[in-house]
Amino acid sequence: MHIMEGFLPAEHALAWGAVSLPFVALGLRAIKKKVRENPELKMLLGVSAAFTFVLSALKLPSVTGSCSHPTGTGLGAVLFGPLAMAPIAAIVLLFQALLLAHGGLTTLGANIFSMGIVGPLVAYGLFRAGRLIRLPQGPTLFFAATLADLATYLTTSVQLALAFPDPVGGFVAALAKFAGIFAVTQIPLAVSEGLLTVLIFNVLVKHSSRELHDLGLPLAREGARP
Amino acid sequence: MSKRWQNALMLLAVIVLIAYPLLTVRAPEAGPGEEPAEIFSGADGQAEGVIRQLAPDYQPWASPLMEPPSGEIESLLFALQAVLGAGFIGYYVGVKRERARWHGASGAA
Repeated sequence: MHIMEGFLPAEHALAWGAVSLPFVALGLRAIKKKVRENPELKMLLGVSAAFTFVLSALKLPSVTGSCSHPTGTGLGAVLFGPLAMAPIAAIVLLFQALLLAHGGLTTLGANIFSMGIVGPLVAYGLFRAGRLIRLPQGPTLFFAATLADLATYLTTSVQLALAFPDPVGGFVAALAKFAGIFAVTQIPLAVSEGLLTVLIFNVLVKHSSRELHDLGLPLAREGARP
Repeated sequence: MSKRWQNALMLLAVIVLIAYPLLTVRAPEAGPGEEPAEIFSGADGQAEGVIRQLAPDYQPWASPLMEPPSGEIESLLFALQAVLGAGFIGYYVGVKRERARWHGASGAA
């Protein structure tokens, strides 16, 4: 989902930057507020960031014969709300843009939008909706994280199709081409991301039930609370 | 099914999802005098190919400030990124486990 340095026309790069910036600012405020209310959560926030660090570093092979990586943003979004992941994704993307020539500074806004905003919003929304209609927590989290991953890659496809419409078929034809690369490759990876998110969440249920409770997450495993 | 089994099965499923393409996807046969096609290249790079095809005149107007000098250095930096994350998660779980054990021990005493 990394749009490479210089590969968005300047107007697009600026526009996505302008859209993403307020989310990063609001996310920072949301994080500060949560941590001020409960300093214990700082470590858990670190875990959410760390999970994103790990998952977005893993380039996995897919059945399409190409490689891509998960994003790991679903966990933090479910724990800390949809805004908190925007600044965290920004840090990861900045690290990769500066050190790895992966993504770029001119495309940072667009990449934050797909990975740090759309993905987390989808994860948070689906998880809350699923819990509201009393679906079991594990499977709900799985679908939320899986579809968030896919949503991120679809967003990248839309961003590229907007910038580079097909000379004949326009936006739709270009979207089909970009989504053909990103979204299809991503399907098995998104499933992996969903499974890994449930795995780490199970670890947190075991070891951090008090923090999860403080974050308003009713626990699947009752009686595990200290 | 216990949580432990569920976790083990999920981990197994992830391993299968990663291993299956590695075992089944084969590079297409190269014609005479052709370079064999590359497989498992990055999707990001393939998107660049589509951009070049859709907009052949497009010139990237910025280039990365610093590029890893080789594939090895690039994988070093990716490994560093993963280590930072995995290291922190391991540290966190370790702290939590020990803290719970100490509390358990003092509670029992």
